[in-house]
Amino acid sequence: MKCKNVIIAGFIILTLLCAATVFGMGNKEKDTIKVGAILSVTGGGAFLGGPEAKTLEMLVEEINNTGGVDGRKIEVIIKDSQGSTENAISFAKQLIEEEKVLAIIGPSTSGESINIKSICEEGQTILLSCAAAEDIVNPVASYIFKTPQKDSYAAMKIFETMNKMGITDIGIVVGNTGFGKGGKAQLEKYAPDYGINIKIAEVYEASATDLTSVLTKLNNAGIQAVVNWSIVPAQSIIPKNMKQLGMSQPLFQSHGFGNIKYVEAAGEAAEGIIFPCGRLLVADVLPSNHPQKAVLVKYKNDYESKFKEDASTFGGHAYDALMILIDVIKKVKSTDKAKVREAIENLKNFVGTGGVFNFSASDHNGLAIDSFEMLTVKNGKFMLLY
Amino acid sequence: MDVKRYRPIAVLLIIIVFIQLICTFTGTEFFLTQIIMAAYFSLVILGLCLLMGHAGQISLGHAGFFAIGGYTSATLTTINLIDIADSGVAGFLKGAGILFLRKDIYGEEILSFSPWVAFIAALVVTILIAFLIGIPVLRLKGHYLAMATLGFGMIITTIVRGTRIFGEADGISSVPAFDLLPVLRVTGKSIYRIENYYIAWFIVIIALIISLNLINSRVGRALRAIHGSEEAARAIGIDTARYKLYTFVLSAVFAAAGGVFLTHYNGGIGPSQSSVMKSVRYVAIVAVGGMDNIWGCLFMGILLNFLTLRGFFGTLEEVVFGGILIVFMLFFPRGILKPGMITSFRNAIRKCGLKLFRMRGKSKQNAA
Amino acid sequence: MSFDIFLQYFLSGITVGSIYAVVAIGFNIIYNTTGIINFAQGEFVILGALFAITFTRTGFIPLPLAILFAVLITTGIGAAIEIVFIKWIKNPSVLRLIIITIGISIISRETAHHIWGEQVMQMPYFTGTSTSSVIILGASIAPQVLWVLGISGIIVIVLQLFFKFTLTGKAMRACAANRTAARLCGINAKMMVTLSFMISAAIGALAGCITSPITQTQYDMGSPLAIKGFVVAIVGGLGNSTAAVVGGLLLGLIESFSIIFIPNAFKDVAAIIILLVILFFKPSGIFGKKEESALKEF
Repeated sequence: MKCKNVIIAGFIILTLLCAATVFGMGNKEKDTIKVGAILSVTGGGAFLGGPEAKTLEMLVEEINNTGGVDGRKIEVIIKDSQGSTENAISFAKQLIEEEKVLAIIGPSTSGESINIKSICEEGQTILLSCAAAEDIVNPVASYIFKTPQKDSYAAMKIFETMNKMGITDIGIVVGNTGFGKGGKAQLEKYAPDYGINIKIAEVYEASATDLTSVLTKLNNAGIQAVVNWSIVPAQSIIPKNMKQLGMSQPLFQSHGFGNIKYVEAAGEAAEGIIFPCGRLLVADVLPSNHPQKAVLVKYKNDYESKFKEDASTFGGHAYDALMILIDVIKKVKSTDKAKVREAIENLKNFVGTGGVFNFSASDHNGLAIDSFEMLTVKNGKFMLLY
Repeated sequence: MDVKRYRPIAVLLIIIVFIQLICTFTGTEFFLTQIIMAAYFSLVILGLCLLMGHAGQISLGHAGFFAIGGYTSATLTTINLIDIADSGVAGFLKGAGILFLRKDIYGEEILSFSPWVAFIAALVVTILIAFLIGIPVLRLKGHYLAMATLGFGMIITTIVRGTRIFGEADGISSVPAFDLLPVLRVTGKSIYRIENYYIAWFIVIIALIISLNLINSRVGRALRAIHGSEEAARAIGIDTARYKLYTFVLSAVFAAAGGVFLTHYNGGIGPSQSSVMKSVRYVAIVAVGGMDNIWGCLFMGILLNFLTLRGFFGTLEEVVFGGILIVFMLFFPRGILKPGMITSFRNAIRKCGLKLFRMRGKSKQNAA
Repeated sequence: MSFDIFLQYFLSGITVGSIYAVVAIGFNIIYNTTGIINFAQGEFVILGALFAITFTRTGFIPLPLAILFAVLITTGIGAAIEIVFIKWIKNPSVLRLIIITIGISIISRETAHHIWGEQVMQMPYFTGTSTSSVIILGASIAPQVLWVLGISGIIVIVLQLFFKFTLTGKAMRACAANRTAARLCGINAKMMVTLSFMISAAIGALAGCITSPITQTQYDMGSPLAIKGFVVAIVGGLGNSTAAVVGGLLLGLIESFSIIFIPNAFKDVAAIIILLVILFFKPSGIFGKKEESALKEF
């Protein structure tokens, strides 16, 4: 018995040490470009991290098959953070210190991004976040960038449309994720500029099963429109419940609605929803002279034929992040972190899925308000509003 | 004083130093980062081991205590009081070391509470809440106790996710370093990694000493009696309610301390730390470690958290964790490390030690 | 507050509550025969819904048949889980079994993730569409809720009849009361445990199918549902299906009405505090018996 125990313990320690040396020393190919990615592939943010990870895999395969970047292969190390902050922090340190990656793509959620911001800044490693919150690039930190459109532009777009429709009193509901939090802050910040009065704001949890009670509360506040700012699947419950309650007010959604699955989930109730979004969802109906048309159609077709599922804007954010990086590496012909960082900061007119990126020292997002288009749902499909 | 009790700690110390030396010499010091984080998580597990293994009370709310510690400390050390910096009170508090001034990475000045004050506040808050919750909750038994503690955990996570001051879904970031002494600080910066490695283990060892003392004291014996049969324990005059409550509070304090230190080490905390699934995970680790076996719990706590934090299994992480739970509960319900194993290990080493030395000597000669 | 608004909150509470209730019923069956809480119950719910959705999407299997197939498959999974992981353990402690069920829950969730992906899906509404509703005195409720309530009611009645009047049901109750004595009477106690897993899985799968149009279905929704279901089963009083329904509706109503006074983000806090207070005054749940709760410890 005793001997067995000793052997077990000894074996465990030995395995750990072996693992330590193997993984510590292991494959150090000089010629590949290493990029890290921290994505919530499983866990609460899987509907974000899943498409993002798939997109990266697809791109890496494609790039390496067509000769790589200036003849060098690219390697993306995807770490699954499960949407939790401490994992993201640990992985960021791991990628920076051990893997010595050039840049990190992700995290998928705002909370994680904000928490690893200072780690990347101190580790002088480029972070191309795929999360929406404004706080990621405001205040600007020199190594931190993000590819999704700014929340504030989405809020402005919604308010502009409301002004046209003559709506002044609104109620907002947001999901209890970083995306919802960021959206609520921007809506509250810009509403006065557009003469819009937010009468009531409520938060619902991602695991909500029915939201009629919240909507009843909203309805009683005497509102002319509802804004639902959320990224979780529970957001499709809102349109259903509104129709079931007989609420006839128009429903505005955020760019987090950019996934056809959410329309399918809401069924008939999704008809007439208005929301700002990147052009990926309406790639097919864009005029052929639109600058983004080629990029969007290619990404959409590639993704949909490879994974047999609809492309969503979330995967597009990862696409933009990696493509920006590669574009810049090709331009500066170097993988020196400082040089690449500077080149991203000076990158102009880069056409991505999110819009046309024009970075500057004070704008690490690079997208203008025209990166959003107002969309609506008609016959179960996304359509341009105008 | 019983010295024998502390021998395993001496062995642990040797292992700790050994691991650090190996990592330094092979240039793999980055492993220490995750060991440090795992060590702070293991504080929760040690506390839970006392509560579950020794007092026989389950808690599905310990991530809540971890979050109370972490969030109290994070809130107090990041709240910016710069606007009232010129007032007399602030000046006095600053002089007394309660407030301190620092600059964040953007060069903005922040005046907030010093980490020591925040740490003490976190512990006080935890103790208060643990007493408040513990008194009614510990009257419940079995699944009802499990549900009540689960409910507590849900309340904490809902509050954390819904309150602006706690950062809602984003959590709190930019938490400053914790200067334990003027030269020793808890911080995640890589240049301070080795000292942080020893700080983390120092704290774990303090918790271990407290735990071992408790187990082998009058309280520990009383707890074992309660675990065996609460009625019998009460019949021989043990104040069962009080002992259960004290253990509950102590384990809550362990969890909160883990929360405080990890938050300073990571420089931030997020709501995922408070989630119910995290509590379930802690309970599962204690079960896998062998429930009342404090060394088993420590070992499994470090190992499993280390692997998770390394992202060792990638997207299969959850599956592997589930698999480990099932396999352990099916085949090793008392954990891999059995009580008395240290003794047998030591005896075996004693036996083999001389032999090994000779063999090593020989192989070295051969190599030379 | 006018009456129709009050009624609307009431009906919202019933909607949410009916979902909690039907999930909670499943917990009791396994608890009754083994004394354990099956933390994989939420996964049964999701698996049932996912299978049914897959069948309805084929296009040629009608809805009732799809649900039947889904329930049968999940029942088979329930039996398989019990036979592979639980059956052969000698003298298991309750905590050990619970940790095993947690492990099973994690593994089945991740398996579902790999098979069905991370996207949200839903069953079609049994009657009407996502926009239809029934108007009761000026307040409205989705027709699907009536389905959920009706089917929960039928499940409770069938279970009562089964446990009171059939031999198998009586044998299962005997196992719950005293396993050793039951075995002495010639009851195959191990078989009864397998059976209880099958019934639980079947009820869970059915619950998943009927609630899916309301809640939508995603691979990781099982745990939050199971947690609420567990809370409800406990507060109602373990081992009693009627109590689970009452507990579920109670939680739903508290959550719904609390929104009038506090922000929705904190409704869980209010609901859980009220439930905890109930538990402090009635430590074995609203309908639970004291002896029963004391019997099964860790």
